[in-house]
Amino acid sequence: MARFTLRLNATTRSVDVDGDTPLLWVLRDDLGLTGTKFGCGAALCGACTVFLGDVPTRSCSLPVAAVGSGEITTIEGVSGPVAAAVQRAWIARDVPQCGYCQSGQIISAIALLKAIRKPSDRDIDLAMNGNLCRCATYVRIRAAIHDAARELGG
Amino acid sequence: MMPIRRMALLALSASVMVAAGAFGQSGDPQQAARSIALFREAGKVLQHPRCLNCHPAGDRTTQTDRMTPHRPMVIRGAKPEGFGAPGLPCGACHHAANYDESGVPGGPRWHLAPASMAWAGRSLGEICRQIKDPARNGGLNMADLLKHVSENELVGWAWAPGGKRTPAPGTQAEFGALMRAWFESGAACPAE
Repeated sequence: MARFTLRLNATTRSVDVDGDTPLLWVLRDDLGLTGTKFGCGAALCGACTVFLGDVPTRSCSLPVAAVGSGEITTIEGVSGPVAAAVQRAWIARDVPQCGYCQSGQIISAIALLKAIRKPSDRDIDLAMNGNLCRCATYVRIRAAIHDAARELGG
Repeated sequence: MMPIRRMALLALSASVMVAAGAFGQSGDPQQAARSIALFREAGKVLQHPRCLNCHPAGDRTTQTDRMTPHRPMVIRGAKPEGFGAPGLPCGACHHAANYDESGVPGGPRWHLAPASMAWAGRSLGEICRQIKDPARNGGLNMADLLKHVSENELVGWAWAPGGKRTPAPGTQAEFGALMRAWFESGAACPAE
């Protein structure tokens, strides 16, 4: 066990855990932030995606010791105009079905829109194909990203 | 075929005896044959899945010893080249070191080789000529190239890939010695 101080959602939180503990478990079990989901544990589904700095990161595949001074933003902490546009588009399109994968989907969508102001269908497919949805809401996800891009002036 | 370790030892001793030649073919048929033999030995590394997976043909990388298409689908990406698509960069999953808990490999600055350095599907002779061509090797001269193959940490990952991944044969130091001996024997390339 070791003590780690994390920059998380614009606050600072400390935890006593083994350094090789996946960040996902620290977020969910030690810090109570259960918006980030466990899907596969092998970086294959994207349900556990959080921001580490500006990078959408699979938290199941990142040991807490490797976070260092990086700033973590989970679905509970996303904010700003891009996040707000994505949220509105998600609601307007009624995107989620069961909802389990959606926090990861939204983080990846925000990352894409921050990188590409007006993404094409191909841009969306390339950015989002690491986020699986067993309800197959892919068509609504793609439409909502286009909606959010338009709202943001892309 | 001679084991890579013994070949590397021979290469090390030979590099002392053979004067550094120009970055081209030797005029001496015996030396050229020897140079090609050294490169063929180095080719066991260059054409190993640990190397080819990140030097793919086309934009999409492969994975595992069987070189199956990467899951999820990732592409080389353009800005910066080799680090994946916006929204799904290599760094989304791959970090500075292998992570046994998730089984995801990692190494410093994990990324794909540029398209100009695609090796998968090419013959050893084609790879050889590609490596020697600064227009297709990232603008490296031979000294830079030898340093890259001998010391680069991401190249070195191929010998410590973790999990059930088969390491590249030999060691990075032995590979570097083979490449140096190849260069010093005239850097001859196999026809095919």
